[in-house]
Amino acid sequence: MSEFDAATAAVEAALAAGARYADARVMYRRQESMTALNGEIEELVQDEDAGLGVRALVGSGWGFFAVPDLGSARGAGERAAAIAAASASVAGPAADLVPVPAGSATWASECLVDPLAVPLSDKGDLLVTATAEARRAGADLAEGLYHIWDTRKWFVSSEGHRIEQHIRECGAGIAATAVGEGETQRRSYPAFRGQYGTRGWELVDELDIGAHATRVAEEARALLTAPQCPAGQTTLILGSEQLALQIHESVGHAIELDRILGWEAAFAGTSWLELDRLGRLTYGSELMNIVIDPTIPGALGSFGYDDEGTPAARRYAVHNGQWVGVLSGRDSAAVAGLDYGGSVRSDGWARLPMVRMTNVGLEPGPHTLDEIVAATDDGVYMENNRSWSIDDKRLNFQFGCEIGWEVKNGRLGRMLRNPTYTGIGPQFWRSMDMLSGEIVTWGTPNCGKGQPGQIGHTGHPSAPARFTGVRVGVRG
Amino acid sequence: MSEVDLAAQVLDLVRTLSGPGTQAEVLVERRTLALTRFANSYIHQNVADTTTTVRLRLHRDGRTAGGSTTLTVADALRDLVQRTAAASRLCPPDPGWPGLAPPSPVDEPVAVDEDVIAATPADRAARVRAFVDACAGLPAAGYCRTAHGTSAFANSAGQSALGATTQASMDGVARSTAADGAARLAGPRLSDVDGAVLGARAAAKALAGAEPIELRPGRYEVVLEPLAVGDILQSLALYGFNGKAVNEHRSFVAPGEEQFDESVTLVDDPTGPGQAGLLFDAEGTPRRPLTLVRAGVTEAVVHDRRTAAVAGTASNGRALLGGASWGAVPQNLALLPGHGAAPAEVPGPAADSSVLDLVTGVRYGLLVSDHWYTRVLDPRPLVVTGLTRNGVWLIEHGEITRPVRNLRFTQSYPQALAPGGVLGVAAYSAPGASHWDLASYAAPALRLAGWNFTGGVSG
Repeated sequence: MSEFDAATAAVEAALAAGARYADARVMYRRQESMTALNGEIEELVQDEDAGLGVRALVGSGWGFFAVPDLGSARGAGERAAAIAAASASVAGPAADLVPVPAGSATWASECLVDPLAVPLSDKGDLLVTATAEARRAGADLAEGLYHIWDTRKWFVSSEGHRIEQHIRECGAGIAATAVGEGETQRRSYPAFRGQYGTRGWELVDELDIGAHATRVAEEARALLTAPQCPAGQTTLILGSEQLALQIHESVGHAIELDRILGWEAAFAGTSWLELDRLGRLTYGSELMNIVIDPTIPGALGSFGYDDEGTPAARRYAVHNGQWVGVLSGRDSAAVAGLDYGGSVRSDGWARLPMVRMTNVGLEPGPHTLDEIVAATDDGVYMENNRSWSIDDKRLNFQFGCEIGWEVKNGRLGRMLRNPTYTGIGPQFWRSMDMLSGEIVTWGTPNCGKGQPGQIGHTGHPSAPARFTGVRVGVRG
Repeated sequence: MSEVDLAAQVLDLVRTLSGPGTQAEVLVERRTLALTRFANSYIHQNVADTTTTVRLRLHRDGRTAGGSTTLTVADALRDLVQRTAAASRLCPPDPGWPGLAPPSPVDEPVAVDEDVIAATPADRAARVRAFVDACAGLPAAGYCRTAHGTSAFANSAGQSALGATTQASMDGVARSTAADGAARLAGPRLSDVDGAVLGARAAAKALAGAEPIELRPGRYEVVLEPLAVGDILQSLALYGFNGKAVNEHRSFVAPGEEQFDESVTLVDDPTGPGQAGLLFDAEGTPRRPLTLVRAGVTEAVVHDRRTAAVAGTASNGRALLGGASWGAVPQNLALLPGHGAAPAEVPGPAADSSVLDLVTGVRYGLLVSDHWYTRVLDPRPLVVTGLTRNGVWLIEHGEITRPVRNLRFTQSYPQALAPGGVLGVAAYSAPGASHWDLASYAAPALRLAGWNFTGGVSG
């Protein structure tokens, strides 16, 4: 039985069992990851998983069932419909789906060098060499990793969708930790747990992680004796990787429509955004233009079609500081009275598709990092995320970074250890007064959401930026 | 084919395809997970799946590789063995390979709950209905989950083990304009989960949260309810008692030292009350109850075979799947309760009477229901930042007086539990489940001398 045949059988069985809508995804995913520590390989794992997940809508109730065996597709469709029928015993309002053109399509991410075809010895040598070099340069713990995902999906819906996609993703990174008296300090390149994209191994080659091993080790050791980041309110300049996570946590999650509608209230949380203010709320300064764009070539949140069959499309979430768009699915959009979905994905065949970030990031600003520093009389510059925490409405955040520098009279000064900053999302974004045009699209491969838990892959175009009146140096 | 037969088949394939000198271990897990999720007082997501995962790790000629598949037909198993063997030939040497777990008897499995295994969507929906009805008109959200797992382990050194677990859990909030109230429970039996009791508790908290005041950040005496203490336990498990973190000097834990208040005893016990753990780990080593802290004195950390070899000791059976980078972690950590009467439901925001018993001793402090989004700021002293969630109240002269807006804290967890820091341990440990896997914990409420709140909702 072909993958499309199995998905079609599941959909037909769900309809025969009473569903008024059904869709099914057959997915086959291969993953490979390797970690190294201090010049030796810690672990190499090659995983594969395959199966079929079917979603059925009976009345206003949804049901989902997943099986690894494609031969059980019809049974899975029937089980999904039965679960949907049980949902009706605690029923909600009528469920609708915003329209999406049906049809057949194929899509594949661009990949110049198949990462699974690169010899394991080459990939291992890369991590061994880089971590050995960082160890030689003073790291007590020199860690390296890469991760590869190769996913094929076949999607069929009762409305006539028949879509095949092949998405290849990979990335890598290194981290150096120095152990001191009662504390540890870490520096990472290019980001903690690495940089990722929907690209081939050429992405890892371009990162050239070995060339940064000595620097990160030396910086980690230097941080042990650097002065503490001072506490107080000041001008804050963020590097693009840290700002990418700021976007992810305080914009990306806040604009998820399922959170806004209360569907995630018990776990991931809700949002400070209220739908009646869509188009009429100032999110940030006029420099703030945030775009939802799953069409960016090579970005980690890119795809051709989401997991409901909606074609990838670019739209503003924040335009000139005004909140204008959300991340949505076909059912959540219908509830909200919007006319677009397009941001629904599942973490594998065994999980329910749900609203997830795609690529959510900034359009470039008019400045450069050098110009921003030169224009700052007194402040702190922070790079690379170390910790992150934000409340369940996505308002109050506190981030820690790996490293900071004081900024005095337009120049970077002393290195600072344990830099942290805290604030309230809209106040923070409204204080952004300088934004660089040096955009990097950072990949976040560890976005958790949902029950059962799902891990999402997201992308975030970001650039260095300056914020005024920010509280820094919070410590326990 | 049973999980045991699958494991044996893979070991046979290793002998045939990779040669007799290959060391191999196989773990086969079959897991059925069903979760009925509700929001705005109706079921909006309702899912189930059954997955069998075959995991193989092999070591030959000084090199190690691992792999897994969810495909269990003969060709897929053969492919798993062939590609894992090929990977082991190509990857760099592994001088730290600790060898396979030797044959060693594993304790008899704990009996599973047939009601969990047989639970239907209607059974879960009935519990959701009870929770929603008990919220007395407040919007309700949460889930009811049933999970059943069977695991079989075998290695080429002759060790084998078989186990099964069941877990039923419910986690929900009642929502009011000002605040949510939460109730959460997990246990090995479906009868442990009573939607009406949990819904009523969540609603009482939500109703008691109206018109909260804003409190200045600072250091306050606190009573932390079991949900918040559960977060502390999970952080101690991941970052503190992790043998790899201790080996690498990233943990504060120092065996033999009096690091905690004398009222603190921590055990990692898969057979403890409310716990649902396997009696062997991912390497096949038996997992037996282990005291980590006895009356404030640290006694042990947890190890897998690799971290144990580095530390010059033996594994105590806490290997995780894919744990080479994470290290070994307690999966069923419990803080032993104090002494006192069995808890009873009480009116008002306190979770139960064991919490109220602690509140009566507080002259001025805060009652905290739950923690949210806690992350490590400084790994060695385990300084964590996070927020309160699902209800905070001011305590004055032993009485819960007013609700308080959520606060951000930045606090070293071991420092809060240090000698002299724990003013009371409640008489009841509530079992809870991890959000992300089937790990469980058991936590009583705690009265702590100080907790460092570093910001309000206004930043």
